[in-house]
Amino acid sequence: MSNLDRFIETFLNGAVLAKYTPAILQGVWVTIELSILIVIAGTLLGTSLACIRAYRLRPVSFLIVIYADIFRALPPLVLILLAYFGLPNVGVTLSSSTVLFVILGLTLGAFAEEIVWAGITSTDKGQWEAARSTGLGFTQTLIFVVLPQAVRMVIPPLTNRAIAITKMTALGTVIGVPDILNQATTAQSFSGNASPLTLAAVAYVVLFLPFVILSRWLESRFAWKKG
Amino acid sequence: MSKTTTRPAVRKPEAENGGAAPGAGRPTLEVIGLRKSFGTLEVLKNVSLAVEKSEMVFVLGRSGSGKSTMLRCCNRLEEPDAGEILLEGQPITGSGVNLDKVRRRIGMVFQGFNLYPHLDARRNITLALRKVLKQSRDEADTRAAAALTRVGLADKAGNYPSQLSGGQQQRVAIARAIALEPAVMLFDEPTSALDPELVGDVLGVMRELKEDGMTMLVVSHEMAFAREAADRVVFMADGHIVEQGPPEDLFTNPQHESTRAFLSRYSYGP
Ligand SMILES: Nc1ncnc2c1ncn2[C@@H]1O[C@H](COP(=O)(O)OP(=O)(O)OP(=O)(O)O)[C@@H](O)[C@H]1O
Ligand SMILES: [Mg+2]
Repeated sequence: MSNLDRFIETFLNGAVLAKYTPAILQGVWVTIELSILIVIAGTLLGTSLACIRAYRLRPVSFLIVIYADIFRALPPLVLILLAYFGLPNVGVTLSSSTVLFVILGLTLGAFAEEIVWAGITSTDKGQWEAARSTGLGFTQTLIFVVLPQAVRMVIPPLTNRAIAITKMTALGTVIGVPDILNQATTAQSFSGNASPLTLAAVAYVVLFLPFVILSRWLESRFAWKKG
Repeated sequence: MSKTTTRPAVRKPEAENGGAAPGAGRPTLEVIGLRKSFGTLEVLKNVSLAVEKSEMVFVLGRSGSGKSTMLRCCNRLEEPDAGEILLEGQPITGSGVNLDKVRRRIGMVFQGFNLYPHLDARRNITLALRKVLKQSRDEADTRAAAALTRVGLADKAGNYPSQLSGGQQQRVAIARAIALEPAVMLFDEPTSALDPELVGDVLGVMRELKEDGMTMLVVSHEMAFAREAADRVVFMADGHIVEQGPPEDLFTNPQHESTRAFLSRYSYGP
């Protein structure tokens, strides 16, 4: 057997691929669903917290900063394991998918809060003054004038961060979430062949490449032109 | 106060309110004993000024003399340390005042335009009409169109600020303010960020506003325009109003030392 044959046999085995493709496709759906939920929940949470922080109520802002710093500092895997194996001991049993969603949602929320907050603080002070001078209130100014500009400004870093964190759904494998990677490793151990992992890699590329390209496009698009 | 050279044309702010209609007989905007410090820097030291209805008052003074601070105190973008400000006879300083309600009656135009970059010209104007005056979309659009027509930009309603020249942006900013039908307009160096050839358009709009009876308090160094269009010129130095009067008098016969120094530096006049 030539080296090439051995390579194909190991990584691109037709029979194995045919057998396990349906399982991996199931995993694709799980990954997509979780990713969408995490992105929606994380950006909503982060944006809301950044808005609340704009009111500059000291104790509230302090709590938000603590949350954001802790979740940005900790490796999500640690929190996932802690939640999945630790919480049942205090009577809270969550499914593996729920744990993954909550932890990654909170992690994205922490990063999104910091990113949107940076956008809010870098919005020109004159925007606040102009809006308030027409009689718009603080909340109205925040929602209709400042936030739209802030979000536009931070869409590229936010997209990058969302991609980085949704990719971490693969961490769910360690607690048994039936995502792409989990299906692939299961198939790999049953078949004794690495081809399902190859398929998983292809699935991730197909899934995430469009978003990577989208973020590149957004970056060039929103590199604006101020004033 | 001792530094102020009072001229006959200036009304005393203490003039009694007749008591009948609120604000009747009172100046449209009245600043009484205004003080403001930033930390240890005393920027306004007892400033009093009255702007009568339909009057255009120009404020001159060296950089740092407190012109912007005084203007910004008038709609409380800056919080005065002491003193009183009355709009149409009603106090707008103090705690019991609904600031948002007051501010919609006081238009402000900024040096840097401060248009909302994510909204087109029409929606820059309609935002406050919709959210503050609670107008319907149709009402607001109609009023925005009228305001844009007044500033000569009826055809630019759909343009975003980045698609407008500086002069056009400033005129949209003026339209945004006048659409709320304010009792008084404050201008803080409305033309100093503009290329010289665009200044005339903005001044032209201000002249028309004046002809339509708008009450205006203007910080600007457009001396020729002040001389031609202002009813009164106020000169500020070192946190005080040191001198005020009709432009002709003030420019040709300044009484105060710092006014003279300022005018000669601007090398105004023949
Ligand atoms: N928010 C602030 N914090 C601290 N100091 C301030 C603040 N705003 C203004 N000042 C100071 O107050 C003084 C008066 O400022 P102001 O902007 O009123 O002057 P101005 O007459 O408008 O000057 P210019 O012609 O340069 O616009 C300046 O010394 C300025 O540095
Ligand atoms: Mg100024």
